[in-house]
Amino acid sequence: MATIVSLDPRVSRWKLADEPARTDEKPSLDQFQTFEVFHQQKSGAHHVHVGSIHAPNAEMALVLAKEQYGRRGPSMNMWVVDTRHVTTLRAEDSDIFETTPEKTYRDVGAYMVRNKVEAYKKEQANNAPETPEQSQ
Amino acid sequence: MSTAHTPLANMLLRMADDALILAHRHSEWTGLGPLLEADIAFSSIAQDTLGHALALYTILEQECGFAKPDTVAFTRTETAFTSCWFVELPNGEYDFSLMRQYLFSVAHYVRFASLRESSFEPLAQLARKVTGEVKYHLYHGTTWVQQLAISGNEESKARMQQALQTAWPFALGMFEPGTLDSQLVEQAVFVGEPVLQDEWTSIVQELCHNTGLTIPTESSPLYGGRKGYHSEHLAPLLLEMNEVFTIDPNAEW
Repeated sequence: MATIVSLDPRVSRWKLADEPARTDEKPSLDQFQTFEVFHQQKSGAHHVHVGSIHAPNAEMALVLAKEQYGRRGPSMNMWVVDTRHVTTLRAEDSDIFETTPEKTYRDVGAYMVRNKVEAYKKEQANNAPETPEQSQ
Repeated sequence: MSTAHTPLANMLLRMADDALILAHRHSEWTGLGPLLEADIAFSSIAQDTLGHALALYTILEQECGFAKPDTVAFTRTETAFTSCWFVELPNGEYDFSLMRQYLFSVAHYVRFASLRESSFEPLAQLARKVTGEVKYHLYHGTTWVQQLAISGNEESKARMQQALQTAWPFALGMFEPGTLDSQLVEQAVFVGEPVLQDEWTSIVQELCHNTGLTIPTESSPLYGGRKGYHSEHLAPLLLEMNEVFTIDPNAEW
């Protein structure tokens, strides 16, 4: 049997004194790539972006994402997507979403459906037969 | 001491002890995992496994007249433990820990899968309840071993093979039968260790076939744990695990 030494510092302390201090530069990328995690709370619900995760590939990302993002609260499913596959705008281009003030008719609030819905509800309430409680 | 128990208590106790001791070993990785995400996953598996131990000790208390789970878990001496040697071995490097997590999760998976049909209803209920957790443990172990044995590099492949080599005789010890198991098999409480070992072996063989790992051939199982004989690693583990409980057994958490 091979000698197995615990890595738990409480069991076998690191021999820090034996290791010379590292002076070499840290490489620019010494981490795994990232994957974006999309979490689905229940069947039929949207997969919602919840964060990212380090992993060497998609299979490992899914295994690790399950505990990272799925261990609290209800979960149904998960997607992981290679971060490099996400196409996005540059931050300085966010001004393309700005619109001139006079085009409020494009805003959701500009639609007048609500008035019609409320009028319909009122009409229904007036036409409804009296409930038994009211008649007594 | 273990021989004084009923066949049922004997079986439940070895399952509980295996889960408790391995949960403790797994938990030693908390804060030391190779990357944050892996650390969280391994710690969760430790927590789940500890939960399985608690559930089993609770059945022992309610159905077999054992003391409270904490008392059974934290106050027994080494020789009263019926865990196998496999779970008490130190963590070693991450390769060995992963290989052990994988091999144990396969055993756990086939055991609980068959116990869902147990004639002993409290155990069948528990087996059904933990299905999802046990499946994730298997998924975690399988994916890691596949990654390191196929997608990794020469070093990772060699390390996984070495880990399998080291683990094998101990892993076979998970299936050391209890002396009174035949009664349980007759009563359909469980299918018996040899059946579980066969199912375990075929799953592990398939993974090895797919990943190019070689199962050691000249290797006989390491028995003794079920009778209270243990390696030199269990006593220090118990000392550490029981430290807080020993200071104040009535502490409220």
